[in-house]
Amino acid sequence: MGHRRHFAVIVLVAAVAVAGTTWRRAIAASPDAPPPVAPDSLMDTGLYAADRPGVVDPRNRPFSPQYPLWTDGASKARWIYLPPGTAIDTTDVNEWDFPVGTKLWKEFGFRGRAVETRWLWRATRDQWVFASYVWNADGTAAVKAPDDGVPGAARIAPGRFHDIPSVHQCRACHVSDRTQVLGFNALQLSTDRDPNAIHGEPLQPGMTSLKTLNDEGLLQPARPALVSNPPRIIARSAGERAVLGYLAGNCGACHNRKGDLAPLGLFWKHGEVATAGADTARAMIGHETKWQVPGVPEGESVLVDAVSPQNSALLRRMTSRFPASQMPPLGTVVRDQDALEAVARWIASQRDASR
Amino acid sequence: MMTSRTVLGASFIALAAAFVPAAARVTASSEQAPAYTPSVEHGAYMVNTKGCHDCHTPWVMGPKGPEPDMTRALTGHPSDLELPAPPELPPGPWAWVAAATNTAFAGPWGVSFTANLTPDTETGLGDWTEEMFIRTMRTGLHQGKGRPVLPPMPWSVYGQLTDNDLKDLFAYLRSLKPVRNRVPAPVDPGEMPR
Repeated sequence: MGHRRHFAVIVLVAAVAVAGTTWRRAIAASPDAPPPVAPDSLMDTGLYAADRPGVVDPRNRPFSPQYPLWTDGASKARWIYLPPGTAIDTTDVNEWDFPVGTKLWKEFGFRGRAVETRWLWRATRDQWVFASYVWNADGTAAVKAPDDGVPGAARIAPGRFHDIPSVHQCRACHVSDRTQVLGFNALQLSTDRDPNAIHGEPLQPGMTSLKTLNDEGLLQPARPALVSNPPRIIARSAGERAVLGYLAGNCGACHNRKGDLAPLGLFWKHGEVATAGADTARAMIGHETKWQVPGVPEGESVLVDAVSPQNSALLRRMTSRFPASQMPPLGTVVRDQDALEAVARWIASQRDASR
Repeated sequence: MMTSRTVLGASFIALAAAFVPAAARVTASSEQAPAYTPSVEHGAYMVNTKGCHDCHTPWVMGPKGPEPDMTRALTGHPSDLELPAPPELPPGPWAWVAAATNTAFAGPWGVSFTANLTPDTETGLGDWTEEMFIRTMRTGLHQGKGRPVLPPMPWSVYGQLTDNDLKDLFAYLRSLKPVRNRVPAPVDPGEMPR
């Protein structure tokens, strides 16, 4: 009897040890293990239900950031998958740490047709896999794009084409953040949606939000305060709030305190914009820029010129689609007219206020 | 005979073996892989054989014709060379023009000037990191995330070099004497004063 019990314990310990080894391998890639790779077909990434082609697997949660990135007017759909039993580590409320196994998809469409679906997968603790899948013309299949991207994947305006970025270009923006996930954070998922958000989309029923994440125990530690007092950009006007949100969504991935561009002094990351919006906006006025505004004496260019708005580097660079001057520098070939008008209105309001 | 305490002890050791040393082993393994030490000598070989001087060193007319002015090696477009607006090309197959120094180029992208590759902090690569340099070659974006690197810089060719080759190349550039030469910013089409 005693031997049998000892044997059972030993078997149990061995089983646990084997399981532990397997688990350990799963979360920390062995240095000798081949790097994880994206499958060749979108259908094999887990986006769609196995037995229902074209139907998104219900385990993948749709979401919509309130301040979306401008991609030349592309329609977008987004989903996130969190492995069962896991949660997002929100110890740092502004730097969410996603569990191993997290997957995100973002579908881009032009003129009513899906063109590409980008995929981000946290394969191991240290490895995020980036891939994009190119849709065929009839929307029945999407195959992995080459790592170098696909120039001219879709015509979006006369003489203008949507390019599928290279993996290196994807990383240019996504590695600016420790989490490598953009557009899925407290401000973007806040239930206090900005009604004036530029190109903002309404939060549809069934979409993931801060509230659903918290209620389902997917934030660790739980963040009930983000539900009772959802993040909101504190600005001096509704227009300023929308402009700051736009900058957070389109520029904050690179222009923040932690990245290589920190010396430029432009801090538009979501967390900072949300908590210090008015200060952020004030700091933009008269902020010196290295970029020379054409027609302005050398050394006198500023980000926002409230007296002569047309000389604001911010407006000029958002307007430009020439490679030497356009901002953002990649991911768009058509200027965002709605955003330009909103920014111009905000700058004009600063001029009026300074009179 | 195995006692309960012995079994518990064995259990603990087995569990510890299964779970605890993971990080330690990964760390130990990482430590075994020596960090790469870039070779300045190989970097010099790369620079001298891959055409860097063709554009990043101003050319002058010498006794044997145009040749790179090695007294200004890799310093980019000379800041004291003021250029007029580029000539307008008629419609047809001619698409771009170059200054006689081979450091300024005008085409559909505007006007581009070759960079100062010496490690001067204010005007060269002095504040660049190795990672930034590699990212630039891989992405074609200034400092790996800024504006596009403009023609005719063949970044996509150099982007196919191995990380170690690029590290060597960067190490060599860092070993150069810093030279202060502020290269003009690129100019959009039509923005060059006439």
